[in-house]
Amino acid sequence: MAKHTKDPINFSFEAHPSTYRHIQMEVNGAVATLKLNIQEQSGMVDGYDLKLNSYDIGVDLELADAVNRLRFEHPEVGSVIITSALDGVFSSGANIFMLGSSSHAFKVNFCKFTNETRLSIEDATAFSGQTYIAALNGIASGGGYELPLACEEIYLVDDRRAAVSLPEVPYLGVLPGTGGLTRVVDKRKVRRDLADIFCTLAEGIKGKRAVKWGLVDAVFPPSKFNEAITERATALADGGHPDRKGVALEALNPTIDEEGIHYQHVKLLWDETPRTARLELTVPDDITALPEDAATVGCSWFPLQAFREMDDALLRLRFQHPEIGLVLLKTKGAIANVVRLDNEIMARQGHWFVREVLLLMKRVLKRLDMSAKSFFALIDEGSCFAGSLLELALAADRSYMLEEDGVQLAVSPLNGGLLPMGNGLTRLQTRFLNAPEHVDKVLSNTEPMEAIDAEDAGMVTTAYDGIGWEDELRLAIEERVSMSPDALTGMEANLRYAGPETMETKIFGRLTAWQNWIFQRPNTVGEKGALTLYGEPESAEFDFRRT
Amino acid sequence: MNVSLSEKIPNNVNLSSDRKLQKALEAWLPNYIDWWRAMGPEGFQEDQIYLRTAISVEKGGWAHFDYVKMPDYRWGIFLAPPSGDNKIGFGDHLGKDVWATVPGEYRKELRRIIVTQADTEPASVEQQRLLGQTAPSLYDLRNLFQVNVEEGRHLWAMVYLLHSYFGRDGREEAEDLLIRRSGHTDSPRILEAFNKPILDWLAFFCFTMFMDRDGKYQLYALAESAFDPLARSTQFMITEEAHHMFVGDTGLQRVIRRTAELMKESPAENVRSRGGIPLDIIQKYINEWFTATLDLFGGDDSSNAATYFAQGLKGRYKESSSKRYLNHTAMDEIYSMDIPNSKGQMSSHEIPMRRAMNTVLQDAYIEDCEKSLTRWNKTLGDCGLSDQLTLPSRRFNRLQGVYSNHRFDMHGDLVSEEQWKKIRPDALPTTEDYEYVQSVMIPVLGPGKFANWIAPPKRGINSQALDFEYVRFERKN
Repeated sequence: MAKHTKDPINFSFEAHPSTYRHIQMEVNGAVATLKLNIQEQSGMVDGYDLKLNSYDIGVDLELADAVNRLRFEHPEVGSVIITSALDGVFSSGANIFMLGSSSHAFKVNFCKFTNETRLSIEDATAFSGQTYIAALNGIASGGGYELPLACEEIYLVDDRRAAVSLPEVPYLGVLPGTGGLTRVVDKRKVRRDLADIFCTLAEGIKGKRAVKWGLVDAVFPPSKFNEAITERATALADGGHPDRKGVALEALNPTIDEEGIHYQHVKLLWDETPRTARLELTVPDDITALPEDAATVGCSWFPLQAFREMDDALLRLRFQHPEIGLVLLKTKGAIANVVRLDNEIMARQGHWFVREVLLLMKRVLKRLDMSAKSFFALIDEGSCFAGSLLELALAADRSYMLEEDGVQLAVSPLNGGLLPMGNGLTRLQTRFLNAPEHVDKVLSNTEPMEAIDAEDAGMVTTAYDGIGWEDELRLAIEERVSMSPDALTGMEANLRYAGPETMETKIFGRLTAWQNWIFQRPNTVGEKGALTLYGEPESAEFDFRRT
Repeated sequence: MNVSLSEKIPNNVNLSSDRKLQKALEAWLPNYIDWWRAMGPEGFQEDQIYLRTAISVEKGGWAHFDYVKMPDYRWGIFLAPPSGDNKIGFGDHLGKDVWATVPGEYRKELRRIIVTQADTEPASVEQQRLLGQTAPSLYDLRNLFQVNVEEGRHLWAMVYLLHSYFGRDGREEAEDLLIRRSGHTDSPRILEAFNKPILDWLAFFCFTMFMDRDGKYQLYALAESAFDPLARSTQFMITEEAHHMFVGDTGLQRVIRRTAELMKESPAENVRSRGGIPLDIIQKYINEWFTATLDLFGGDDSSNAATYFAQGLKGRYKESSSKRYLNHTAMDEIYSMDIPNSKGQMSSHEIPMRRAMNTVLQDAYIEDCEKSLTRWNKTLGDCGLSDQLTLPSRRFNRLQGVYSNHRFDMHGDLVSEEQWKKIRPDALPTTEDYEYVQSVMIPVLGPGKFANWIAPPKRGINSQALDFEYVRFERKN
């Protein structure tokens, strides 16, 4: 049977609890609950039913939104329970028919986004004082177990039916690509031979053995389950953070026209060069100073608003503009304003709201690191690549700086460790892996740098004077967008992540890279491939030769 | 131990020389007996029951009658003798040799199929454990226990497969079969339909008529399996299952006949005032049980069903022994079903035949049920009544599958939620109906005596008289 790919297009990445269809968010004092109640008929596109709490991008957008809103809007919460509203089923993972009918590009982006969401759950547990626990009130298979793996603790009902499983290999001939393989051995430290059995055992593991193998933290009989979960969640919340008063996140509502996408501080514009876009961030002159209770500044505070806009723009770039291969990063504004803002953030980082904004900035910058586009930072007249915004230039594959009076860049204390990459290092540390001592030297120089100094210090790729600037750039850009997009994606993903491996880099660099390879193989998507024939009356046929 | 075990357990699977099986059964048997004592028929464990025991697969060997205390019943392990050409009769492996052992690549599917089937056997014993206390006669009481011990034997048949072919996993699953309990909050039975108790005998007859008939068709599908030990186990189980359906079919027929007699004797009076069960309640019970049973077949459009057929694990009813099917691969065929479309209207929908295998099995089942309805209606006619009982549409009252998201009336027409609320009390038993049926369930335990709401059967068991002492009580009732 011929397969037609059918990806959701032109959807918004913004969600709000008032319009959630699949997730019930309840906040009860210090404990919040996210209940999966996925509506079968409410998939993003026609052609599949979201049965048994299986999810598509629409569900995951709500989940990502809920995790983010709990941090900003309900900072009083100390623990979050993820559970299901269905009887006997927690979740059966990503919807297989959705995956089967999606293009390769969509599958890759879907996987990347869901992985980022799960990492944001771990980030909230680690840094926001919101500990996630998974209450598996029924079967949790595939992605339905990978979501719990992102939680700090996992509890499974022991009714002699409910099991946790990663059946992707035996059932679908693909990998549990939302962190499953990595977290089982790397986070939960399940012994590799047991993990090997678990990941090939389609029916999964239940009850006491799941505890013994470390797949879950404890099991409770149905009659005690809810009570035990409430008790544990309450203990973990430890009273929560009653002194924190939340900040509502208002919709971004960008204007979209032929030129591009316009937000308040960010613009994503289509360049005249084919396959090229410009992502421009403008820093206002009048950034509101933080009041005594920092949170009362609200969601319009520049760094929060700007990085939320940047996040939305990056997601749109990934999902909706696959033809764009190169993004030119630009900033506009006064370096002094950015440095002043960064110093204020540094000084006030003990406040929950300031810390949340920092954490959001960190996640958005990581999202940029993870985007399969080439990035060139253009540092020219009126630009303000300083501190937190310098990270954009450091995240870029190359940076070009105009050698001209007044064109400067600057470091700020935020370059020193508060905005790390997925490899656990700062972008400066990763950049100067060959000379670690150089990092401190760069950081100690708080004076803005001109192009020649910046080039000397290794802070930019190349400095050009005004005469060569346009031609040099044109050549670099045109050459870049002429190369194989696949090779560029692979090359960038390798070059960006020098230094140590972390669970996060393994998930993106090893797990999902292999997954993306498998997603392309005939054994998966060929005429007789496992994913092609899933749910069809025929059985898959494999080419058994190992590559 | 070896000798005593293989003596205790009638079998044709070479138990006396199969050390692995002996070891597994030695560990499992005491737990089984404990389970039977705890969850088997409540209050009759010490009584002598006139039961049929299968002692061999030879002609007549499966029907050896004698008095026995139920915990001493000789549950055996039997495979039907090998028959035919030992070739796989359907699916992707059509024409290849059947499998004497479990192929590794189908381990998970076979285990799931066997465990799900096995779980229903002890579950039904548990569901029926209180019925003995309201039996309408010794004859019926004995039939109940016969059904119960045979469900026990069917559990043995499945446990034999788990023990012999599935290694440690199989032994653990066999243990779990004795730990799950029907309706238990913490460890319920696998299928929801097996988690509610059977509280009255009308429900029991419906259970054996409809649920056990689903069991029959599941067994027929498994009797085709390429996994030979499963096929031959289930082939032998089918001979026993026939008695269960006999109990249900004739039980309902006797209730109907008694009701018809009461209606005829005093047409002006309500059957209730004479202590009978009115036809409308019987119809509602039929509606409830027939449709609940349809849900047990699995999804109407099911990728699992397609997989099981493709792999040669589950065939169709009499796939290899009848001329019902021309194409045993069922490829390039379609099945067409009427389902509601997005506009809320019924429209014809075509799916690949393999995905419709559950529905194909349902078709055979429904055909079979229709025959009983015809017999019952003949009973009504014989008593001079023009009333007729009917089977509701397969779309009515479904909780699983393609019809479960909509409301249908008895004829299978779409109705609104509002209309459904109006129809429901006339279509499905109400609390008052259950209470009324409960109220007439008064035990009648004298030989040859029958409760007022049910007619005696035409003949006794094993050619015994109707007043034969089918149960000998060791205590005064």
